[in-house]
Amino acid sequence: MGLMTFKGGLHPYEGKEISMDKEIKDYFSKSDMVYPLNQHIGAPAKPLVKKGDRVLRGQKIAEAGGFVSANIHASASGTVKAIEPRRTSGGNMAMSIVLENDGAYESIDFDENIRPLEELYCDDVRDIIREAGIVGMGGAGFPTNVKLTPKDDEAIDYVIVNGAECEPYLTSDYRRMIEEPEKLIIGLKIVVNLFPNAKGIIAIEDNKPKAIKKLRELTRDEEKITVNAMKTKYPQGGERQLIYANTKRRLNSKMLPADVGCIVNNVDTMIAIYEALIEGKPLMDRIVTVTGDAIANPCNFRVPLGTNCRELIKAAGGYMHDAPGKIIAGGPMMGKDMISLDVPSVKGLSAILCLEENVVAEMEESNCIRCGKCGGVCPSGLMPAKLAVLSARGNLEAFEVCDGMECIECGCCSYICPAKRHLTQSIASARKQVLASRKK
Amino acid sequence: MSELRKISASPHVRSELTTGEIMLDVVFALLPASVVGVYNFGYKAFLMIVVCIASCVAFEWLFEKFLNRKSTVGDFSAVVTGLLLALNLSPEVPYWMAILGCAFAIIVVKQLFGGIGQNFMNPALGARCFLLLSFTGQMTTFSYDAVTQATPLAVIRDGGTVDLMKMFLGSTAGTIGETSTAAILLGLIYLLVRKIISPRIPFCYIGTFSLLIFVYALASGIADPFYFLGMQLCGGGLMLGAVFMATDYVTSPVTPDGKVVFGVLLGILTFCFRMFGASAEGVSYAIIISNLFVPLIERFTVPKSFGKGAEHHE
Repeated sequence: MGLMTFKGGLHPYEGKEISMDKEIKDYFSKSDMVYPLNQHIGAPAKPLVKKGDRVLRGQKIAEAGGFVSANIHASASGTVKAIEPRRTSGGNMAMSIVLENDGAYESIDFDENIRPLEELYCDDVRDIIREAGIVGMGGAGFPTNVKLTPKDDEAIDYVIVNGAECEPYLTSDYRRMIEEPEKLIIGLKIVVNLFPNAKGIIAIEDNKPKAIKKLRELTRDEEKITVNAMKTKYPQGGERQLIYANTKRRLNSKMLPADVGCIVNNVDTMIAIYEALIEGKPLMDRIVTVTGDAIANPCNFRVPLGTNCRELIKAAGGYMHDAPGKIIAGGPMMGKDMISLDVPSVKGLSAILCLEENVVAEMEESNCIRCGKCGGVCPSGLMPAKLAVLSARGNLEAFEVCDGMECIECGCCSYICPAKRHLTQSIASARKQVLASRKK
Repeated sequence: MSELRKISASPHVRSELTTGEIMLDVVFALLPASVVGVYNFGYKAFLMIVVCIASCVAFEWLFEKFLNRKSTVGDFSAVVTGLLLALNLSPEVPYWMAILGCAFAIIVVKQLFGGIGQNFMNPALGARCFLLLSFTGQMTTFSYDAVTQATPLAVIRDGGTVDLMKMFLGSTAGTIGETSTAAILLGLIYLLVRKIISPRIPFCYIGTFSLLIFVYALASGIADPFYFLGMQLCGGGLMLGAVFMATDYVTSPVTPDGKVVFGVLLGILTFCFRMFGASAEGVSYAIIISNLFVPLIERFTVPKSFGKGAEHHE
């Protein structure tokens, strides 16, 4: 049997060798922690603390502002210094709780939260996950408890752990899979048990043979769990591509994974579920890869959420040379350029990538030669060059007719374009306009 | 330490592939045909290639200089046009005429429509047809071994016979680049291996054409249909056209299904022109006419997007 995969996509330079063998290191900051209230999709959280309050690590400091929203917990102990707008890694300002960190990391008693699994009903499990403030940690930040509450529990056939980590340079999921595989498996079992007909799949790209081997060994006796090896190809970890590769089921932009009987969760998210249920810990930390050719000593850090990104770069030995040409929050294909480094790490931040060269800034666009390579790599089967032209002309109607809204903004078309055209950017801009007009 | 960086939207990395590299690959793929052409037709052919490439590049540079546009000479597309035009000319054509053709290709067909990527017709073929209509006499004078001869297809049309092996290897009269099927196939393999072109257009073109010719040969009682087919395939610039001109990115459909339709259309047109037309050739006209259908073909062959028609799973 061939490896599982999808049509389209490409294989950029992986860059994972830089940090893949670096063990996860704890990093405890002594400086201020910043918690943006909107580090998830949905309504911003509402602060539960005020200036001057003393809080402990693990204490809930903001609660979900709606059904699609998430709680936020302090990741350090200290005094609330301010609740004010602060810049985030995406570049925008967001209302944030600022904590003056006392450096002691004095925590609440997590054991009090622990309840024996066998006593829990499915809804209790979902409540604990909601209470722990767990959101999709692959970047999208969708509240996990909402994802785990589909219309019909019996219609869910597969719970898929997204261990593709198809973005170049990122290694946080990989490290967790080989360092804490047991936690991942228990987390997955907890989720699988929420759905009477579900099987668990751990889907991993074949450039991580160690992780595949280890998880296969550990799940040998688990009837409901399989480990699937997928072809190493970007964007194998895109939700629609992942579901297709593993189940041959297709979904479009108007559907949710649950519509085709699937629930997809990221590796970090599954481990957060384990920690919430088994260890009684809310989501307070995450793994952040600080890497790139401009970093002196690339690392995979376990960092308390809210830690300053500049500090993390310093902790990774700082820069090799002078200032790098490019600093990205996330991977190089879909990550965001960082305007400022004085931003906090949030639930969805998987990496800080520092590259010596800013290749995009040095490139010049030339005319499209209609080579069609963009269409060849598009995992959504679109014609990116055409969509980009429609976007430039402002013809949103034709853009929608040509399925422009099916674009997942993976970046493959811009990556491959020999004329160096900014196709993804043009298409993303039209998509934003369409979404904005739909809201009206 | 400066904190200022240039900001851009994702993706932040790009492939190494450039337009110039693609064009250079096409030039490499044309080398076997060029070498055989020079071997067959001597220094005249070599000079023709040099003159055409130099004048295409010069016209491109001059035109853009004149209009204060950014020079696109560095993308080697003018080199490809020049080389292709030379390979489409008889070595007997006077150089001034070739230069005129280059000016037509670059200025009229390419630049006036907006430069690279914007022309609706293949520049080299446009120029060839322009010259063919303007100077029919000189354009259809062919020679081999310094003796003026008819092309193999014309010989057969008039009832003669030609050695098929000679046609395959290229030691016959014809334009500089069209005679050697073997050399063109080498170029085709290179283009396919390097993934510069998809096999759809050349295969559908040649397949449709072969099928029609074979049926025609059977229906009209031609004594040896296989010989007839082989000679139709090796003669008259079909291979050069199918591999290098019909596959021109700019003037062929980008959609996968569109490429199939385009190839089939080319096969039908070439067949009709050759069997029922006044000329023994027909490839050039078939291609430039099909070029005009590209926008229409693309309109009806939009690929199905990934989730189109996806259904909820029960």
